[in-house]
Amino acid sequence: MNTTAIVFFLEAAIVSGTPLLFATLGEIITERAGNLNLGVEGMMLMGAVSGFYIGLISQNPGLALLAAMVAGAAGALIYAVLTVSLRANQVVTGLALTIFGGGFSGFMGQRLVGEVAPESIKLAFKPFVVPVLGQIPFVGKIFFQQDFFVYLSYLTAILVGLYLYKTRIGLNLRAVGENPAAADAASISVSLYKYAHILLGGALCGLGGAYLSLVYVPAWQENVTAGRGWIAVALVIFATWNPYKALIGAYLFGGLDIIGFRIQGIGFPVSQYMIDMLPYLVTILVLVVVSLKKSQENSPPKGLGIAYFREER
Amino acid sequence: MLRMVKRAQMSKTKSTGIRLLAVFLALATAAILIMAMNLNPLEVYGGLFKGAFGSAYRVREVIIKATSLIITSLGIAIAFKMQFWNIGGEGQILMGAFAASCLALNIPDLSRPLLLVLMIIAGMIGGGLWALIPAFFRAQWKTNETIVTLMMNYIALKWVMYLQYGPWKDPLALGFPKIPNFTLNGILPKVLGMHIGWIFAIILVFLVAIFLNHSKKGYEIAVLGESENTALYAGINVKRTIITAIFLSGALCGLTGMIQASALNNTLSIEVSEGIGYTAIITTWLGGLKPVFISLVSVLFAALLQGGSFIQIAFGIPQAAAQLLQGMILFFVLGSEFFIRYKLVVDRPSLGEAKEELEE
Repeated sequence: MNTTAIVFFLEAAIVSGTPLLFATLGEIITERAGNLNLGVEGMMLMGAVSGFYIGLISQNPGLALLAAMVAGAAGALIYAVLTVSLRANQVVTGLALTIFGGGFSGFMGQRLVGEVAPESIKLAFKPFVVPVLGQIPFVGKIFFQQDFFVYLSYLTAILVGLYLYKTRIGLNLRAVGENPAAADAASISVSLYKYAHILLGGALCGLGGAYLSLVYVPAWQENVTAGRGWIAVALVIFATWNPYKALIGAYLFGGLDIIGFRIQGIGFPVSQYMIDMLPYLVTILVLVVVSLKKSQENSPPKGLGIAYFREER
Repeated sequence: MLRMVKRAQMSKTKSTGIRLLAVFLALATAAILIMAMNLNPLEVYGGLFKGAFGSAYRVREVIIKATSLIITSLGIAIAFKMQFWNIGGEGQILMGAFAASCLALNIPDLSRPLLLVLMIIAGMIGGGLWALIPAFFRAQWKTNETIVTLMMNYIALKWVMYLQYGPWKDPLALGFPKIPNFTLNGILPKVLGMHIGWIFAIILVFLVAIFLNHSKKGYEIAVLGESENTALYAGINVKRTIITAIFLSGALCGLTGMIQASALNNTLSIEVSEGIGYTAIITTWLGGLKPVFISLVSVLFAALLQGGSFIQIAFGIPQAAAQLLQGMILFFVLGSEFFIRYKLVVDRPSLGEAKEELEE
């Protein structure tokens, strides 16, 4: 493999990691509020189908993105009502959301199968070179000759990082996730924080799904996410709830996702199905390694997965 | 002001009533969706019922679907009771089917009863071992089992795909990617027009109920599910309990895999799991982790699936509608549990409240 091939591969890894990055950032925000939402796959599918459908009938990329975010947030809202207000089991509610989202996208997408994303949207999300940055050797080609969506994902990761670590609201959010009772005593509205961030997380998952259907494929296909939502849940653990580390994880897995295709391209004698197992195998490996070395910094928010009920303090 | 108070204990009939009301509300919500499609919800639900129970053949189909669902749900229930979120039913079904197929394809000349018994054992071991991998990680290092079990589903699927499109492909199938069919010796016999699996399911419902409620291991699983600290304090061997319970959980899913491959597909294929591993999560939860209730819910869901394919043809409603409805039912039941555990009270002066509490 020569340098050009490697640069091409890394560039493609960024593209393939972008839906993972959006979903991982969404789940990081959700889990920082103390809620484990296993419905990422469902919310991504809801965003994928809604973004594609609205994009198809409106031909408007902005509306398509908005629809994807609204759909993801709508799925998250169901989850939030059940787990925050009605204190339902978070694991089972998340699974229900995945099942529901799968049904929703199958139902809505029935008539969309085979449809291709409209030209106006393909044009809007065509790669373009960022001035100056795009001219840097290697790095420019890999990172700054991408499409609008990819730049949006960089920006989102940085904004989420600044929000969590540098703002007052971000600090409050972390308090809610770590110790809701203490946050409540400091007159932070626990329910409001949980709702707002679960919805925001859902909107980002919806965006991740829309990237798949509108840009990555770009046509409608059944179950377009193919387990990426679950990989995103694992990436949150890999990234130790840190949005900057999520960048590394998403691109690593983006690379794994396409490596099979590339290896076949150069005639490496391994079955495609065996290589297809790689992202899933590596996810398990990552989880095991992370659980091997537990530390204070790497541990999940203390209040993760536990419903907060003021009267039960 | 409105305030929530934890209820003491609600009577069984009342809590069952609330759950049924939740299912009804889910159906009512879905009815709005059906009306939005310019269809009459009563006709569609009528069609759903007719599609499931309209003829002896359809009833048998429902029972066949329910059989696999019940056995898998029982397996999932053992894991859920321990708060071990086994969502790897799909993979365990596939690997159970794979293990059973190894025997059926390689020693087809063995006598039928012996081969079938061996296939059942192999299927259970196959599913059990596949589940043991996440169980081991969880027991040893507390690795998140939810994601690991799910990842194992995809790995199992790719493995069967590899076999089906690669080394196990039937050379006589003219290039069609298909594994050769089992001989008759590897196919489960029929009783009353349905494969014998339904008898296994009935027996297993009682065995698992006894295991969970009246055995030492079952009790240890329940304690561990409530609190690991309590389990440690009570001198329960946590690791061994996790390993045993999850092996059993996977073994039951593996048995489903053997049944699906042997009786329904007559061979191994990527279609043997049919999403049963996911549907079983819903039926297990709706059945309150209780074997008898689980089997009732499973029959209802099997009817929903069977009727779902009927209304797809009759009304042109996408197949995914059944999945959508399943999700909605689960949402409503999850929400309803709040009203079983808590009650809403309107704050009044303390004397009135005290009086109200006394009256309860």
